[in-house]
Amino acid sequence: MFRLEQRPQPSKTMLYLTPVIAVLATMIVGAALFALLGIDPGSAIYLLFIDPFVDSYNLSQLFVKASPLILIAMGLSLGFRAGVWNIGAEGQFIVGAIAGGAVGLALWGTEGWWILPLMAIAAALGGGLWAMIPAVLKIKFNANEILVSLMLVYVAENFLAQMVQGVLRAPDGMGFPESRNLGRNDATSLPDVFPALGIDAGGVVMLVLLALAFFLLQKHALGFQIKLTGESSRAARFSGVKPGIIIAVCLGISGAAAGLAGLFELTGAAGKLTIDFPVGYGFTAIIVAFLGRLNPVGILLAGVVLAGTYIGGENAQFQLQLPAAAVTVFQGMMLFFLLGFEILINYRIKRLRRAV
Amino acid sequence: MKFTKTLAAAAAMGFALTGGAMADDHPVKAGFIYVGPIGDLGWTWTHDQGRLAVEAEFGDKVETSYVESVPEGADAERVMSQMARSGVDIIFTTSFGYMDPTINVAADFPDVAFEHATGYKRADNVSTYSARFYEGRYVIGEIAGAMTETNKIGYIASFPIPEVVRGINAAYLAAKSVNPDVEFKVVWVYTWFDPGKEADAANALIEQGVDVIMQHTDSPAAMTIAEEKGVYAFGQASDMSNFGPNAQLTGIIDVWGPYYIERVQAVMDGTWESTDTWDGVQEGMVGFAPFSDKLPDDVRARAEATIAALAAGELHPFTGPINKQDGSVWLADGEVADDGALAGLNFYIEGIDGELPN
Repeated sequence: MFRLEQRPQPSKTMLYLTPVIAVLATMIVGAALFALLGIDPGSAIYLLFIDPFVDSYNLSQLFVKASPLILIAMGLSLGFRAGVWNIGAEGQFIVGAIAGGAVGLALWGTEGWWILPLMAIAAALGGGLWAMIPAVLKIKFNANEILVSLMLVYVAENFLAQMVQGVLRAPDGMGFPESRNLGRNDATSLPDVFPALGIDAGGVVMLVLLALAFFLLQKHALGFQIKLTGESSRAARFSGVKPGIIIAVCLGISGAAAGLAGLFELTGAAGKLTIDFPVGYGFTAIIVAFLGRLNPVGILLAGVVLAGTYIGGENAQFQLQLPAAAVTVFQGMMLFFLLGFEILINYRIKRLRRAV
Repeated sequence: MKFTKTLAAAAAMGFALTGGAMADDHPVKAGFIYVGPIGDLGWTWTHDQGRLAVEAEFGDKVETSYVESVPEGADAERVMSQMARSGVDIIFTTSFGYMDPTINVAADFPDVAFEHATGYKRADNVSTYSARFYEGRYVIGEIAGAMTETNKIGYIASFPIPEVVRGINAAYLAAKSVNPDVEFKVVWVYTWFDPGKEADAANALIEQGVDVIMQHTDSPAAMTIAEEKGVYAFGQASDMSNFGPNAQLTGIIDVWGPYYIERVQAVMDGTWESTDTWDGVQEGMVGFAPFSDKLPDDVRARAEATIAALAAGELHPFTGPINKQDGSVWLADGEVADDGALAGLNFYIEGIDGELPN
């Protein structure tokens, strides 16, 4: 029999090495999986992990995919550090896009530099308020925020379906359920800033916010309180931290970040609201947050790696006929190894002698 | 350190070369972009059957590839670009939502032929194609009208767009023509593929006394519920009799193979050009699953006659007199709806209860 025993002094080096080891383990086990599927593992690993970062077209798509993941994961990581589990970023992403998109559509035909910032504010408010629902229910009634935030994703999806069927539907779209194309309209489309890496104005905002999050966690009292709450809620309470405020702040920030990501997706890559607008960034960002060790720099790297596997996964599909599900399994494996190895940093396996 | 880096780069180059190398007199490459998984047993599965038909027809003169479950929007645009860059000659984009991405990417790759299913935007290198599914719905509507005992037919509808509204109208016309007392109950589920919601809709319809279910969504969920509750249903896009051996009366089958073969052939011959295709029973793009032995002889004979008339081009489901729901005249006696009117159809015809959303 075996038992997990807490290590007295978890290794700091290993703490930073685990994501790398997890990625390597994913590559090895993934390669075996691909071999079993009858696909050349070398080419598959190359397409998934290297080609996205060396091919110029793939590079130009990297942050198109990475920016929303990083922005959402950044917001989520604050809550995760404090033990506030917002699983509904996908819903906040949708509501943010609807709120921001509605502003853009209402101002259709108007020109002005102020339109996009206004849409961004509306999106952050929309996402933030949507996240306030689980926050208030948690604070007032101690309702589980995991369940409430997750369930609100489905509500948001139906809300989106109603909106694109109704008030936000394009008048010249022949009745199809989609909005006008905000990405093809000068006043409402995000300008490119560094197209070689796929960074548009939204990507720049994402990087600035990431730097702010870094500052918040390192230097600011609020960051300290968030970390303290996560490490020991009792200690936090004794030192005067109000748990209700931490819950509201964490859900509010993560909701606003997800809402902004929704707007950037809408005014950048996607262009218009459709029923299929959400593609799961809000859920994948949870993987990114943990893969990045809830640390802003780590999240940046993790977002880029995961975005690469998406882009590479598409290439691997049509070049090697790798099934789409295999790519998803691959991404799930990465999180599994990360969490698994994390246990081994904090605990060691001890063999128990059977009592005679 | 530097040496290992160089090695890694060299290895990477090696992969890239083997990955990208191509013979000079290369076979025609056809790429397919699917919105669902090829295992959906519905819409995407039938398109993949079409791809396999192309492979079977041309053997090693053709190379096909596909990407499944591609979200409509930014991801679709990237996948199409990557496919076009990899040297594909013709790309079939098989979902309505790929319309704008297809047009955008096609503009960047003027030498690649694009074929977009169910859309209405074309360009010099973008064709569109779709099937006259309403002809199929006319046939199964006729069967449903004859088979219902409660005179209530349930219809699981996805979105109130012309394609779906057209199907409801065609099915109602046909059902009414054989059963004047028939009543349609339409449930809007706002999804193309969501087994849970489709099953809920089927259950709700059955509780309202419906004994025949039609659907314009892609999963076999309603079929399994129909089997369980002992009512009738029709396969959608493919034969779903595995899910409802007793429930399935027949089904509308999407037959893309012949069209795909024709278009790939055109690329081979260098005769491909942008076209707009809307084929039906006559051309074989709309087919039917085998009839259930539960169909009485007269019902079966009438359905077969209807299919024969459609195939001969003698029957058009939308032939007047037909009034709109509000009683105003849509088609005068003997008048046949033109394709333009059908493409934009956004109203119920007379006799259908309930309001069309929006």
